[in-house]
Amino acid sequence: MPDLGRAALVIAFLLLVYAAVGGAFAALTRRRRLAASAQNALTAAFGATAVASAVLLVALARHDFSFQYVAEHTSKDLPLGYTLTAFWGGQEGSLLLWLLVLCGYAAAAVLTTRRVARDLLAWTVPVLAGIASFFAFMLVFVSSPFATQHAPADGAGLNPSLQNPYMAIHPPMLYLGYVGLTVPFAFAMGALLSRRTDERWIVATRRWTLAAWAFLGVGQLLGAHWAYVEIGWGGYYAWDPVENAALMPWLVATAYLHSVMIQEKRGMLRVWNMVLVALAFGLSIFGTFLTRSGVIQSIHSFSQSTLGSWFLGFICVIAVGSTALILLRLPLLRSKTKLESLVSREATFLYNNLLLVALSLTILWGVIYPLVSQLVRGEPSTVSKPYYDFFLHTFGLPLLLLMGIGPLVAWRRASVRALGRTFFWPLIVALVAGVVLLVLGAGSSRVGVIAYTFCVFVLASIVLEFARGTRARKALGTESWPGAFVSLIARNRRRYGGYVVHAAVVLLAIGVAGSSAYQTVKEQRLFPGQSMTVAGNTYVFRGYESHRAANHLAIRAIVDEYHGSSHIATLHPGKNSYFAEQQVSNEVAIRHDLLTGADSFLIADQVNANGSIDLKILQKPLVNLIWLAGLVFVAGSLITLWPDAVEERRLAARYAGALAEA
Amino acid sequence: MTGALVIGAAIAVLCVVVVAWPFLREPNARDDRLIEPGALEQRRLAVAEERDRALAALKELEFDHRTGKISDDDYRSQVGPLRRRAADALRALDVRADGPRRPGRVGREV
Repeated sequence: MPDLGRAALVIAFLLLVYAAVGGAFAALTRRRRLAASAQNALTAAFGATAVASAVLLVALARHDFSFQYVAEHTSKDLPLGYTLTAFWGGQEGSLLLWLLVLCGYAAAAVLTTRRVARDLLAWTVPVLAGIASFFAFMLVFVSSPFATQHAPADGAGLNPSLQNPYMAIHPPMLYLGYVGLTVPFAFAMGALLSRRTDERWIVATRRWTLAAWAFLGVGQLLGAHWAYVEIGWGGYYAWDPVENAALMPWLVATAYLHSVMIQEKRGMLRVWNMVLVALAFGLSIFGTFLTRSGVIQSIHSFSQSTLGSWFLGFICVIAVGSTALILLRLPLLRSKTKLESLVSREATFLYNNLLLVALSLTILWGVIYPLVSQLVRGEPSTVSKPYYDFFLHTFGLPLLLLMGIGPLVAWRRASVRALGRTFFWPLIVALVAGVVLLVLGAGSSRVGVIAYTFCVFVLASIVLEFARGTRARKALGTESWPGAFVSLIARNRRRYGGYVVHAAVVLLAIGVAGSSAYQTVKEQRLFPGQSMTVAGNTYVFRGYESHRAANHLAIRAIVDEYHGSSHIATLHPGKNSYFAEQQVSNEVAIRHDLLTGADSFLIADQVNANGSIDLKILQKPLVNLIWLAGLVFVAGSLITLWPDAVEERRLAARYAGALAEA
Repeated sequence: MTGALVIGAAIAVLCVVVVAWPFLREPNARDDRLIEPGALEQRRLAVAEERDRALAALKELEFDHRTGKISDDDYRSQVGPLRRRAADALRALDVRADGPRRPGRVGREV
């Protein structure tokens, strides 16, 4: 079995090297059959990687501890679901997942664009294959999941915090996002290498970029929810370096999704878009470097390894290569049109881009500062929450405001009179909301009030956009109001799907502001029968209960929650002691109030031998809007991604000549 | 061990066939050149992109005007140059494709 896995990986590596070298030679010497052969090699590499992945999955399912990887990350009593998800629970397996996803994306990109962008693909294939070769090289020569040993009686088990249903979905989602950013990068570099800097690379990668961005966004929200319910500290985002590593490319990809519209509509920002695509991809690899090198302390990091220097070298090659290529092709990337006015839709997109990139770079500085400090001063230093909060407020609040301003401003230029007319109602609604919030006592957090007022402004502008659009559509023909509404969205999916995503960001902002700026925290030692009061609710500690599961012993406190004299719920915070892993995990108890969106969040900080408990209770207003935002985000992304037949026909007609020739 | 080697060898052979397929299918290809669009085709594509941009800008302008984001004065000052841009692009494409268009056709599309 391990031989088959190793052989499949070696075959994948050879295929990818062939696709990179052969493909580049074919593109240079303009050889059609060799270029097609390189494309086939890239597609076949996906098959070989799938075989290697199947071997590892079978070994995991059979508890074959002769595989070092299986022994290090599973145990006999680990439930089957978690045994299979251990595939990406360790360094080598997660690298294999990365290669599998990358080859899958590459094969799909080749198969879907080989007829519409053959000349562009000739250079894109070597770039994709070159990147995949690096990962295959790592798996074959540096960090193989198929290393064998004399099988021990049992394995070491899986880290308890990874024994959570989110383990099945969060890492694959993130990988689909991270790795998906390779496709636009490869097409962009392919366009530069082939000197085809028209919009075809953008058209070819539009959906791939959107899909990768959506996966990365959903992956982060799933990770936040996982942290919230599993890690047991009462939060969902801790500015952990590896969390930041996922946020940075997402922010840059968000900037790109906006700025690419300016290129499509006005032919501007060609250089900037290339830079953003390269930066987003570079940051996704940088995130992998952070996770795998062990250079930073993070809950997400794999153990210290020798992989870091390889990844650092790879990042340098990407940075130098893409920068040199962009500089080399600058004459081809210059646009003929200029920004007509600083008060226009494209100008707001530009401001949004600057803020998003600035936020991303300040986060990057926060992540690498401890490393720089270690190198320069010889002593480690950390960047903590206040640093990130400061920049989140500095760049995040204007970004939020711009989400409301952008849709209300016309393309090209807008007059003051027209602006006054379009801004009137959203401004009035936002100001009234701000005053009401102050009257209700929300002024305890200045940032919270500003954020909420901006949120109301954005929501009002979105609602107004839908209302005005529907009215304009209705005025055109005989459609009913619902018909006009549906056809408005169907005919402008990117725009209105984008607005739905904006609404998701507003929900997220409301949830984050509510649960952080207005949360109540209280901690107290309680003996059975004693109680504590938090945010108007009383919590009575009754005692403990315990039960033994297959791989752990669970101890749970029994806590009754009351509002006045009425009993609301019985909650069970506690701890699990895992046998094989010899680790203890915090198991929190959460009561969701679906009406208010608030959570009662109970943590058993200490389970004391004398029968008492150190109980920490957090009252988190509006926190459930964060998870609701995830659903709205998915809906908006799907609307945006949904194929538009009219648009497809228009683009097919545009490239008809090139197609016929190619 | 043997079984794994046999499966591995089978995968390797299959991959070689897949990779060699373009050469196996056309062992004596008359033309093996990877054709790339010439200067004329690239120019046509640039004009087609310009046409689409101008038509999309007109559509946006109409929509912004109907939804009140553009005043009547702004609309009047912007619509003329945009129509001319679109018409120029359509004419340029026409000349390249099949000679001049019938009078009025460009205007209708704009």
